[in-house]
Amino acid sequence: MKLTQGNYPAPLAILETVKAGLEEGMVRGLAKEASEFGRLSQTFQSKGLVSLFFAQQHCKKNRFGTPDAPINNVAVLGAGLMGAGVAQVSAVKGMNVILKDASEQGLANGMAQIQGNLDKRVKKKATTSLEANRAVARVTPQLDYAGFDNTDLVIEAVFEDLDLKKKIVKETEASLKKGAIFASNTSALPIKDIATASRDPSKVIGMHYFSPVDKMQLLEIITTDKTSDATAAAAVDVGLRQGKTVIAVGDGPGFYTTRILAPMLAEAIALLMRGVEFKKLDTASKKMGFPVGAVTLADEVGLDVGMHVSDSLSKAFPTRVGGPHADAGVAALKAMVDAKYLGRKAGKGCFIYEGGKSKSRAVNDAAVKIFTSAKPAGLSTMSKDVSDEDLGLRLVARFVNEAVHCLDEGILHSATDGDVGAVFGLGFPPFYGGPFRFVDVFGADNLVELMARFKDEDGGAEHWDPSPVLLDMAKSGKKFHN
Amino acid sequence: MFTLPRLAVAPALGRTASSALAASLSTAAAARAGPAVKVDRKKEIQAAKGRNVVLVDAARTPFVMAGTDFKPLWSHDLLRKAFKGLLAKTQLDTEHLDYVIAGNVLQEVKTSNVAREAALGAGIPDSVPAHTVTMACISSNQALTTGASMIASGQIDSMIFGGTEVMSDVPIRFSRPLRRLMLDAQKVRSPQGWINLLKRFRPSMLAPELPAVAEFSTNEVMGHSADRLAAAFDISREAQDDFALRSHMNALEAGKAGKLSDIVPVYVPGKKEPVVADNGVRITPREKLASLNPAFVKPHGTVTAGNASFLTDGASAGLIMSEDKALELGYKPLAYIREYEYVAQDPKDELLLGPAYVTPKVLAKAGLTLDDISVFEYHEAFAGQLLANIAALESEWFCKNKLGLDAAFGSIDMDKLNNWGGSLSIGHPFAATSTRLTYHAAKRLQDADTKYALTAACAAGGLGSGNVIERYE
Repeated sequence: MKLTQGNYPAPLAILETVKAGLEEGMVRGLAKEASEFGRLSQTFQSKGLVSLFFAQQHCKKNRFGTPDAPINNVAVLGAGLMGAGVAQVSAVKGMNVILKDASEQGLANGMAQIQGNLDKRVKKKATTSLEANRAVARVTPQLDYAGFDNTDLVIEAVFEDLDLKKKIVKETEASLKKGAIFASNTSALPIKDIATASRDPSKVIGMHYFSPVDKMQLLEIITTDKTSDATAAAAVDVGLRQGKTVIAVGDGPGFYTTRILAPMLAEAIALLMRGVEFKKLDTASKKMGFPVGAVTLADEVGLDVGMHVSDSLSKAFPTRVGGPHADAGVAALKAMVDAKYLGRKAGKGCFIYEGGKSKSRAVNDAAVKIFTSAKPAGLSTMSKDVSDEDLGLRLVARFVNEAVHCLDEGILHSATDGDVGAVFGLGFPPFYGGPFRFVDVFGADNLVELMARFKDEDGGAEHWDPSPVLLDMAKSGKKFHN
Repeated sequence: MFTLPRLAVAPALGRTASSALAASLSTAAAARAGPAVKVDRKKEIQAAKGRNVVLVDAARTPFVMAGTDFKPLWSHDLLRKAFKGLLAKTQLDTEHLDYVIAGNVLQEVKTSNVAREAALGAGIPDSVPAHTVTMACISSNQALTTGASMIASGQIDSMIFGGTEVMSDVPIRFSRPLRRLMLDAQKVRSPQGWINLLKRFRPSMLAPELPAVAEFSTNEVMGHSADRLAAAFDISREAQDDFALRSHMNALEAGKAGKLSDIVPVYVPGKKEPVVADNGVRITPREKLASLNPAFVKPHGTVTAGNASFLTDGASAGLIMSEDKALELGYKPLAYIREYEYVAQDPKDELLLGPAYVTPKVLAKAGLTLDDISVFEYHEAFAGQLLANIAALESEWFCKNKLGLDAAFGSIDMDKLNNWGGSLSIGHPFAATSTRLTYHAAKRLQDADTKYALTAACAAGGLGSGNVIERYE
């Protein structure tokens, strides 16, 4: 129950069935099993998970076609957490990888990360030491651009700064093979902006991986209107061969995954400012079905990253991410960053991570103060009696509403892509099958009604206005999936 | 212990003198002497042997003092990294690799074919055969010459040779009686059997077996033998310390000037930065060197820690091909591997005289004289040992009685010897050294634009190797 938070009926049904078999005999037990199986197959959880499976299978296909010549020589710029991770998954699948960084320490850290991850896999017997050694041997760490004239794909994973990335594009292209693809792992900088520095924007694309790269299945590929289909096909192919489930989305602010996360995190920050306890919000999000609590997620992502993302997406989406209290939220995050409470990577964020087990993480009281004192006058304090369910639904509703906007605007190619992206990239509760299936299960009409209630509770805040698509579906009873 | 008569005049660097050796030295040495007359059979030899063998390139890990930077690594790790470094340096398409041979002296129990395991781990296709050779300090030379013979005779077109040694960790075994007990335990079937087994146990069985520091056949520690050799040729303590300092200074200068271009960086788990340089090179003040106590023969010996090579971890790898194959693949080779010769002599009193024995032989085979050689790369096991070998070649007595020559063979020009440092300073991972000597020889030829180089080394067991290398134009 602790792991499933009561969201998955199957384990309980299994226990009941086994109990029946033991207490009432084999025949009754089998009968119970059959009837429970039948019942479970009709639950929304079952349908959600089944549809998720099919969605995943769909996203293992390359909708841009198969490229003529598969790419085997890849270069990764930046040997940090993401860069080393991308290098690892590429090398493990047989690609030759040049790992370039600006400093020897960077390279040493990156190689140590790859070696360490592979050693763990060998220990678990998930792979042999021979395969691990071979994979490491496919990675060539270096400080210069040697060999880039023989590289077909460059994946850039350096610091999230547009000017830096543009400078890197120019520097790399000076040594890069003609016709090679330049991909950026940026999580929020517009690909078309990065492409302005390139000699050939048709070869520029976004390849947004998720941390930890060797474990998170999703790869979000971002195409601009200049990116060629051949480029997209090649990039998707590399992603599939790296073992990823791939969605290809459009080049809007925050693309898809970062964008739908933003309003949810804005809601979480607002709730914290309104006095909701850190652990209560975490529990509420986990009860809702997220694998990681919202506050913990903010710490994992990094509050500095969160601040940048909030800031830029507030400007892009002033109503739904911005809103009257967005500035206060960003200011609260800035105060956290200034106090060096960056999250897990700094040892202190909303929680304290120094030493000890992750189970009994202490709340960072200073952080609590920062958030509550940042509460703007127009925002009411949240009642102590607010239900976990309500808290969870607040987070989900804003998340889902944004997802619907993405589909409507054409950022998403299909609702299936949207479901897969949310579940595998951000941990949206899998038993709902994704945000779009959530709407189908929860009922668009119920969702619209819920958002109206929240809007009322929050003094008419416009970020609770449902997307016109949702309003339409509420009236017509249409669904995203059949 | 046996004593050697002292000489009237001490042979020092580059000066000729006569020396006399005790009669108790093996008399059989004279019978093994090489040809007495210089024979110009170069062309015939080449035609008889077959194709030209060329050195394309070589790579090595930094050579570090045992127990330092490479402590967490195994010999197969280092060899794998040397292979990978070589492949990256040469950009070789392993489609064109036919064979791999590597040397290893202190064998890790995990695998007796470290060449194979390292090759697989380095990404060399599993269809490339590999084997491991052992010939003490000249193991990688044996790898090189075995491969060269295979290429010359047309069996293969290209191969990787090399060697690896990790002295930071050594195979320490349970004692034989305890091993016996453990093996017998596998056959025990009853409680009574266990009791019988345990009754045999003695606490003394727990004493471990360490790998031998001493020579197997004579039970003499090599440094001890070196000291006796230095004494036999009257190599002074001063001369040895001077030579050691020279080695370090040459290595330091060469490192600064970027000559040590075979080094590839090694990433060690837990280290914040990759290891990129040899860490044994140090300029010790002359007085400090002079103040060190003798290490092997106390109190009057001359070999100290300062003028002996140190225990080292490291691995090396080189790529040789038939000349045609190298050109076909677009390589500009560094050098021709022209001649190679192995010698063997008495492990008791001539343990480290390999270079003296092999030099006239291999030069004769190549139809060359000492004057034709512009680059000498001789392994510096001990300063005293190398100087003694040089003195032996200058000694009329030695050359007549031991090498069967008519006169003293000649002097090695010190200005041409080990100009970029040697084993004393750069380090001596036993099985990896010969590759480094070969690379230094080839690159020095390119650098100086001269024609012939001679590499030579002594090895435990009373063995020696000598190669003639010709610059590739």
